[in-house]
Amino acid sequence: MFSLVQKRRVFFLISLAIIIPGVLIMLYSLATTGSLFRLSNDFVGGSIYELQFAGAGANESNIRDVFQQFGNTDISVQRLGTEDDHHWSVRANFQDEEIQANLLNALEAIAPLDRESLRVEQVSGTVGQEVSQAAFLAVAVASVVVTGFIVIAFRQVPNAFRYGVCAIVAMIHDVLIVSGIMSLAGLVLGWEVDALFLTAVLTVLAFSVQDTIVMFDRIRENIPKHLGEPYEVIVNRSILETIHRSLATQLNAFFIMVAILLFGGESIKQFIAILFVGLLTGTYSSIFIAVPLLVAWEKGEIPFVNRPKALTPVESEA
Amino acid sequence: MNSHLRWLIIVLMIAAFCVWVSLPETTGIHIDSDNDGVTEFDFNVQQSLGLDLVGGLRVLLQAELPPGSFSAEDLRQAANNVAKRVNALGVTEPTVQVQGADRILVELPGITDPEQAIATIRQTALLEFVNFSGLGGRAAEFEGRRLLTTQQVIIRDQRGGAESGAGIDAPLVNPLNGQPFATVLTGAGLQAASAQLTETGAWIINFELTPDASAIFGPYTEANIGQPLAIVLDSVLLSAPTVQARLDTGGIIQGSFTQEEAQQLALQLRSGALPIPLRVESAETVGASLGQESVNLSIRAGIIGVIIVLLFMAIYYRVPGIAADLALVMFILLNYTVFKLIPVTLTLPAITGFLISIGTAVDGNILIFERIKEELRGGKPLEEALVAGFDRAWQSIRDSNFSTIIICGVLYFFGQTPGASIVSGFAVTLAIGLIINLFTAVVVTRTFLNLFVDVLRQPLKERAWMLGV
Repeated sequence: MFSLVQKRRVFFLISLAIIIPGVLIMLYSLATTGSLFRLSNDFVGGSIYELQFAGAGANESNIRDVFQQFGNTDISVQRLGTEDDHHWSVRANFQDEEIQANLLNALEAIAPLDRESLRVEQVSGTVGQEVSQAAFLAVAVASVVVTGFIVIAFRQVPNAFRYGVCAIVAMIHDVLIVSGIMSLAGLVLGWEVDALFLTAVLTVLAFSVQDTIVMFDRIRENIPKHLGEPYEVIVNRSILETIHRSLATQLNAFFIMVAILLFGGESIKQFIAILFVGLLTGTYSSIFIAVPLLVAWEKGEIPFVNRPKALTPVESEA
Repeated sequence: MNSHLRWLIIVLMIAAFCVWVSLPETTGIHIDSDNDGVTEFDFNVQQSLGLDLVGGLRVLLQAELPPGSFSAEDLRQAANNVAKRVNALGVTEPTVQVQGADRILVELPGITDPEQAIATIRQTALLEFVNFSGLGGRAAEFEGRRLLTTQQVIIRDQRGGAESGAGIDAPLVNPLNGQPFATVLTGAGLQAASAQLTETGAWIINFELTPDASAIFGPYTEANIGQPLAIVLDSVLLSAPTVQARLDTGGIIQGSFTQEEAQQLALQLRSGALPIPLRVESAETVGASLGQESVNLSIRAGIIGVIIVLLFMAIYYRVPGIAADLALVMFILLNYTVFKLIPVTLTLPAITGFLISIGTAVDGNILIFERIKEELRGGKPLEEALVAGFDRAWQSIRDSNFSTIIICGVLYFFGQTPGASIVSGFAVTLAIGLIINLFTAVVVTRTFLNLFVDVLRQPLKERAWMLGV
């Protein structure tokens, strides 16, 4: 039988090779910008204007001038689409509606503004802070509750606690990868972490656990069926038995997401892209991280958790 | 066979109900048997589109006073007055909600002039008639200046000395005695107010007094004929006309109003002054066409995605795949029905949550079919393999869906934070999808698959490829 579990060290190394650069990028972002990601309005407060001009005339510098004129100090102007779209996104300070109205009128002087397609978002700093706190709480609560759920669901299996821990490790693995990519995208593409990103992370977390549970469920079922077989062989058998399902399911989720990415609205594309990456790592981590980790734990290969029994990576096939 | 048929009838009846609810023209059942205008049986069905889809304005207003200096009742009263003003703006389906201890959330779909709307709803609109007797010609000096009045002193004391707003320059006191100006009457004494165009082309406010107010205003005006009387709005002097005669029932307010200003002020006076000054904490304006465009794009993307999934299932799993396709169509219908019945407000994140749930909806079927294939390969006869497949897969489906539903709960509560409300919509539709999936992936798929097996028993037994094996 082909053994995936046997090659677990390779998989662990592959994951580390992706996670470590991601963490470094986040640290670099923290050192240069003061936060791990490029944070949006939702978390820090400020305003976003999505401006659709009806004709030519607007450019980065004259838009910036108008915003400066009305007392904005922290301005970033970005073109959306091609030059002929006349579509701009501007980030600026939080201001009251009177200044905002005057500012929009001043923009009319540059080029006619299509008010039907205008989008303005203002968030004050205090609301931003509350959202950040709630976000942190949400991730923490979700992790604790899910671990508890797994321990209860797998209470009949020997060492049920290990299953919960391994599922959480896989989950953290996915969140780290997605975060690293988001941090990179923030530095390179200007992607911002907003409330929707957090939704994507929690969804990734949910699906990662969902996938892992399906794997664990098969192990739970196979243990009494194949008494006497080494744990490693049972686990490997379980992976091979469920891998069809994992691939078919991922394929279907990808169909939907690729359709949204290709044909959907601009405003949720970032969200879907992050979900897409998250689902990929979610599937990868349940097969190549969570389950092999169970075996490593069983065999005592995890430093500090239990004493190593064997130092050699070569294992005999049963 | 018998129980197969019974399930089929139940499933088809549910499907028929869903189709009826999903039809765009369905508004529910409203029965008024005795034609007295009162509906005895009222079953309402409506689709509710979120602000980001229809366009409009979402504003979060926060009390501009330190916490503890006003009561929950004050905040509710402020929200009520805001709601009255919003209704007078002529917005369809507005939302005005108290959030937490010091915030009011206002959603105005289809608003075209957000600045004007915000100005109208958040202005305190504390109107005062102030005693200016003895000032004579000096009254004109105060035009447009901020005044300190006895009423403002009372309000300030009630709030424990908190000063509302940042003091730009100190309000003026009465130069005759160095004391705050005496408030004769506030806007609370007005019964009605309307904007009117005079023959000279100026806009004025016509007002009527309540009986209580005229009992004060009548004697006061009689005693002060020939003296100036100041009209003060939010502590700023609007005008200081001279009292010409005793005023019992009402009068006019002059100022250099434009038509909009006059109408806005009349509306604010009618709805009453806000007990708490409010400031804008966050505001979001979405153009109507922007929202419509994203809906169309999302729907198109959804349809394309679903078609690919349907094709994949039919090609990869053959006959069971077709049963799963029917279950998936049923899943979509059921979801849409629930959205209309609750009703769930459809926003862009909500639609996304639904589309994602479609992706996982087929997961249940895949688990079952892979299991059936395994059982068949293991040598079990068709009927037994079907039963075993559904039984064994159920545990995985239940546990994995349940863990995601837990996370949806966490997401929902996160979305209750002001500023992150869009997240709730996503959590709600995803959770509804997962719950419905437990029904469609198992019950509906089994019903259709049993039907196919009953009809095609012989061919299925002879040709394993029809089962995707």
